[in-house]
Amino acid sequence: MRLVCKLSVLRRAKEQPEGKSEADRHVAGRSMEDKRVKKLLMIGAAAATMLMSAGAMAEDIKPALLYDLGGKFDKSFNEAAHTGAEKFTSDTGIAYRDFEIQNDSQREQALRNFAKRGMSPIVAIGFSQANAVEKVAKEFPDLKFAIVDMVVDLPNVRSIVFKEHEGSYIVGKLAAMASETGKVGFVGGMDIPLIRRFACGYKQGALAANEKVEVFENMTGTTGAAWNDPVKGGELAKSQFDRGADVVYHAAGGTGIGVLQAAADADKLGIGVDSNQNGLHPGKVLTSMLKRVDVAVYQAFEDAKNDNWSSGFSVLGLAEGGVDWALDDNNKELITAGMQKAVETATADIVSGKVVVHDYMSDESCPF
Amino acid sequence: MSAGQLPRWVDYGLIPVLNLAAAFLVSGLVVILIGENPIDAVKILLWGSLGYGEGVGFTLFFATNFIFTGLAVAVAFHAGMFNIGGEGQAYLGGLGVAMACLAMDQYVPWWVTLPFAVLGSALMGAAWAFIPAWLQARRGSHVVITTIMFNFIAASLMVYLLNNVLKKAGSMQSETRTFEDGGRLPFLNDIFPGFGFDYAPVNLSLFVALLACVLVWLLIWRTKLGFEIRSFGANPTAAVYAGISPVRTIIVTMLISGGLAGMMAINEIMGSQHRLLIDYVAGYGFVGIAVALMGRSHPVGIVLAAILFGMLYQGGAELSFEMPAITRDMIVVIQGLVILFAGALEYMFRPALIRLFASGTGPSAQAA
Repeated sequence: MRLVCKLSVLRRAKEQPEGKSEADRHVAGRSMEDKRVKKLLMIGAAAATMLMSAGAMAEDIKPALLYDLGGKFDKSFNEAAHTGAEKFTSDTGIAYRDFEIQNDSQREQALRNFAKRGMSPIVAIGFSQANAVEKVAKEFPDLKFAIVDMVVDLPNVRSIVFKEHEGSYIVGKLAAMASETGKVGFVGGMDIPLIRRFACGYKQGALAANEKVEVFENMTGTTGAAWNDPVKGGELAKSQFDRGADVVYHAAGGTGIGVLQAAADADKLGIGVDSNQNGLHPGKVLTSMLKRVDVAVYQAFEDAKNDNWSSGFSVLGLAEGGVDWALDDNNKELITAGMQKAVETATADIVSGKVVVHDYMSDESCPF
Repeated sequence: MSAGQLPRWVDYGLIPVLNLAAAFLVSGLVVILIGENPIDAVKILLWGSLGYGEGVGFTLFFATNFIFTGLAVAVAFHAGMFNIGGEGQAYLGGLGVAMACLAMDQYVPWWVTLPFAVLGSALMGAAWAFIPAWLQARRGSHVVITTIMFNFIAASLMVYLLNNVLKKAGSMQSETRTFEDGGRLPFLNDIFPGFGFDYAPVNLSLFVALLACVLVWLLIWRTKLGFEIRSFGANPTAAVYAGISPVRTIIVTMLISGGLAGMMAINEIMGSQHRLLIDYVAGYGFVGIAVALMGRSHPVGIVLAAILFGMLYQGGAELSFEMPAITRDMIVVIQGLVILFAGALEYMFRPALIRLFASGTGPSAQAA
């Protein structure tokens, strides 16, 4: 069955060597396909699902996902996207395609490969994909694209960005309240404006809880390698502990594994990021700042499936549930009722606009 | 086991083919091991790299990189030196191209910028090879050690420059601004629309690479300097006795070698990416060693070997796209096997073939 599918793809591509005319043909083909799908849906959703899962012609959407250089299983950002897509497949039975690039010139190539096969929506993970998404989305105006962590201003692209500073504010507040020494730390991955945005929100939150708090800030490096250097992450955390910090927050992808490990070894507290990392060292991780990339991917697929697709700018903050903090069995002993109360008030204040968390990327500076 | 025991067609035709066949056989076993059909895999690999215009375009694009780095290694080989600093020299070459493009792109058309970019890339690449060359010539520090060390220095230097000097303000990417039209080489698809290269980034620098091949051939086999280089490579002591200056030969050869490696940047930076970005060399410098080995340090062989590796890069990407079970790391394994059999185990089949041909053509020919 799989073989047949592959061969048919090969054959189809062979018959249509010209990219542009192929795109045009896709337009015609798609609207016909759409009509067919609608008919099928009228016959009965169950029947349609069965047909789709059998890999028949009448799929209604063909979602695709393109990871950044970190790869599918980076235990962090890209993996969150993978989780979201997997959940979509298990919920709906609609299969998705994904691809891990090996070098920069493959970004465009992979997006175009997806697009030529008529896949839509195509979700690209990471700010580095912006140039490629912009080019390919222009070439295939009838397909739907989404990009996470960057803005591409085109009518068929949904740009999903997160208000990481808001989530960081919340965990900063928790950190300052949990700290006994009045000193807290931050370990960032690559030194880029996005990560400084985490740091700045964290500082503001910590200061809001305790205006005398001291915040140590370290970045792991200036290249992509800084996302995957747990040893250095652990060393940076240890140096912050030596200076008196007893809670440390990381926004460093794979590097953060070392930060959390160092915190657990030194009997201090770590704070996780992106996914819920409370379970990595139960009782030693104060909380995790959740960045719901999985929800963003799932939502993009789901909206396309339900004909709910909207392009444009989508900013996910505390109010939208795009960022959050994690409370579960692993850390409930660490979070006192007072802390929980304070954080709930802070959340409500941010959602209502009473408290504005400074966005580093709005003016490239942090006033704290 | 000197050359001449075998007919030329065996040396230059049959042995490479046998090596390749062995590499693919072992790769096939690996593919079977992970539960995919190796025949299909080969089909996809071939079709993806040669089956349609865009695939051919990508193959030629990668091949252009490998021609430059392969020639660089080959020239040094002829003088008996092992330049494994192609990676760093190409990286620095990118700086030369970027400086020319950033300075001129807004004022002049590309064909004015091109000579300066070529000059810049060759100068920077040569400059990066100069210090190891001087150390080898004057101080006897082994060039293998120093060139590979210089790869790391190049990486650190470029990280520093891209993050602190060349980065456009507010960007999260470690890269320069995108060049205007004056800093972009035309894509072959725009020059020869008939070939249907579509969006493949193969560009005019392919011809620069082929021109470099001709010049290298002229240099090595038709000039006095080339004779000196070959003599020095064959027997340094005899060369010195014959009045060839070792210092001059080592330094000049390494400068040419570094310059050729640096020129790889024309294809990547001016031809495809249109901006200088971090880690853009992505191992092309090292693959150049395999290309030079496989191409027997002859420009024609290098072109053929470069095309083969281009096919592996492009077909490999296509393969992991079509067969998700074959991940990008599997592709690296397959490429590694080809390098192993074609480069390192180059002479594995040679003794057997010599016996075979000796028994077939010798006076004491026997049936068995």
